[in-house]
Amino acid sequence: MLLKKRSFLAGAATAAAMTALSTGAAFAQDDVTKVGFVYVGPINDGGWTQHHHESAMKMVEEIGSDKVELVYQENVPEGPDAERAMTQMALNGADIIFSTSFGYMDPTVNVAAKFPDVKFEHATGYKTGDNMAAYSARFYEGRAVQGTIAGHMTKSNVIGYIASVPIPEVVRGINSAYLHAKKVNPDVEFKIIWLYTWMDPAKEADAARTLIEQGADVILQHTDSTAPLAAAQEAGGVIGFGQAGDMAEYAPSPRVSSIIDNWAPYYIERVEAVMDGTWESHNVWEGIDTGMVGIGEITEAVPEDVKAEALAIKDAIASGEYHPFTGPIKKQDGSVWLEEGEVADDGTLAGMMFYVEGIEGSVPQ
Amino acid sequence: MDFSAINPALLIASLMVAATAVMIAAIGELITEKAGVLNLGVEGMMITGAVCGFAVAVGTGSPFLGFLAAAGGGAVLSFLFAVLTQFALANQVASGLALTLFGLGLSSLIGQNYVGIRPPPTPRLDFGPLSDLPVVGPILFNHDPMVYAGLILVALTWAFLKYTRAGLILKAVGENHDAAHALGYKVIRIRILAILFGGACAGLGGAYISLIRVPQWTEGMTGGVGWIALALVVFASWKPWRVLLGAYLFGGVTVLQLNLQAAGVAIPAEYLSMSPYLITIVVLVLMSFDRSGAPASLGRTFHASQ
Repeated sequence: MLLKKRSFLAGAATAAAMTALSTGAAFAQDDVTKVGFVYVGPINDGGWTQHHHESAMKMVEEIGSDKVELVYQENVPEGPDAERAMTQMALNGADIIFSTSFGYMDPTVNVAAKFPDVKFEHATGYKTGDNMAAYSARFYEGRAVQGTIAGHMTKSNVIGYIASVPIPEVVRGINSAYLHAKKVNPDVEFKIIWLYTWMDPAKEADAARTLIEQGADVILQHTDSTAPLAAAQEAGGVIGFGQAGDMAEYAPSPRVSSIIDNWAPYYIERVEAVMDGTWESHNVWEGIDTGMVGIGEITEAVPEDVKAEALAIKDAIASGEYHPFTGPIKKQDGSVWLEEGEVADDGTLAGMMFYVEGIEGSVPQ
Repeated sequence: MDFSAINPALLIASLMVAATAVMIAAIGELITEKAGVLNLGVEGMMITGAVCGFAVAVGTGSPFLGFLAAAGGGAVLSFLFAVLTQFALANQVASGLALTLFGLGLSSLIGQNYVGIRPPPTPRLDFGPLSDLPVVGPILFNHDPMVYAGLILVALTWAFLKYTRAGLILKAVGENHDAAHALGYKVIRIRILAILFGGACAGLGGAYISLIRVPQWTEGMTGGVGWIALALVVFASWKPWRVLLGAYLFGGVTVLQLNLQAAGVAIPAEYLSMSPYLITIVVLVLMSFDRSGAPASLGRTFHASQ
């Protein structure tokens, strides 16, 4: 009964939002390129969605609001509601639609098949089509920098990790952070909590508190709100990192650094490609090198030598001389994944649903 | 797997924190339903309370005023529901759902400028040396005032319904509004008061999330707690102590599953994650077999001419 009520509400909310969307769109002119964005959270979540939206607005600013029109919809649940939202945008004349969450992948495939003349761009997925491109960022590169700092900074040798939804992107992040924490601190132990949500401040705060009670003094998060940082601050002596956004309001401590998503250059490039007719489907995965993954300022709470080491890893990744998944690396069950010096290929990384050796627990399937 | 990492005293202390918001909201809804009104807008009133409390606490620097404003905000929103259902005789289910949608939207609007701000901290009650006692200290003597306020509220509600004349009248209105009306009780007035009380409690529960449990403002941050509160009232057979039990059970399993995950217990995380909902519902369903609780006039519209 409860579930029905809630999904009914979500549906009703979507319907209401779409009505607003369609009335606003009726005044659109044809010589303006209409760009649609579908967001999983509110545009002021301080993290994931906010950075997509800011990048989208930067794109409008760069290209000019006389040439491009931005339409967006917030809080779209992953699943059929996303399909309705995108269909509505396409019917209202959107030229290109960005769907910005992993769970929108199949809905995007479905809608893209119905509207061959509209371009679709799906974030963090792996499926593509003639008019559907995929783009994602190599967040695991940022996790390598985080893991290095975390390994050095922990005194209890317990690092808490608030994981969101069990998809390869999140598992990659855990593995990358663990490998690099372990490298600088062999005694380090990871405690992982799966929340099955990208954003739920109350759950995130509870999870952070639980990890702190169990001895963690560094909290890594793959959820989007600042609640874990607030919990870290309240506990005292605990550090954390900004996720998706800089979360600088918690600097210099507990937030000692962050992974920042910067989608603006990509959005500008792709919308311009639509405008001059050169858009083609592709599947790109950009990292620290192009700036899609940014490392937020490392604050003075981190000792100079640790900061220098973290920045050295960042530079090595940016220049391409170091890959965060370089062998020898074993899988959790002890079998060899990468031989000495071997570098992980993108195909394996894209589907990574296993832990590396040393992490306890199992990946939810 | 490492159970030694789980500290039972801290676990119980955190379950009390995790349960307080849903408990306060559920107690408010219990009184509303005891008066025969079904208000499905708990989620909307909670989130409105959360943002009102947050805004006032940030503006004045006083968490106490924040909670006061949260109760006020929740009550004002519930008054809208009261006008719709008691004067305009609108359908209660539809009005309640509309209230939730409205509350979610209104709170986002009010909250626009409060994202990323930190509220003033709510001090914990100081029990002096009692707080330092082993085991008992963290469980009983180391909480914020709202945890105790919630417990007192449950006790008062129970006593009000069981021992006072006003409580008896409230129940009479909920059981048979025509009879209550014939006896000369002001059915509409009593119901409006009950609705306002429910709104104020929901507001308090919401502010507990935004001011103490998280503490920050994010759109939609109550995350469905209002619906849990509604379900709790039903499964608790409209009995205050069972609401307390259900809320602590829900909070307890929520906190416990996080602890078990962090301790690396070999139960798959997806099962642990659903366990709070499952266990709470199963236990309360088993307990509610006596079926005595539902007020007979629940959800029915009253008009003096009928």
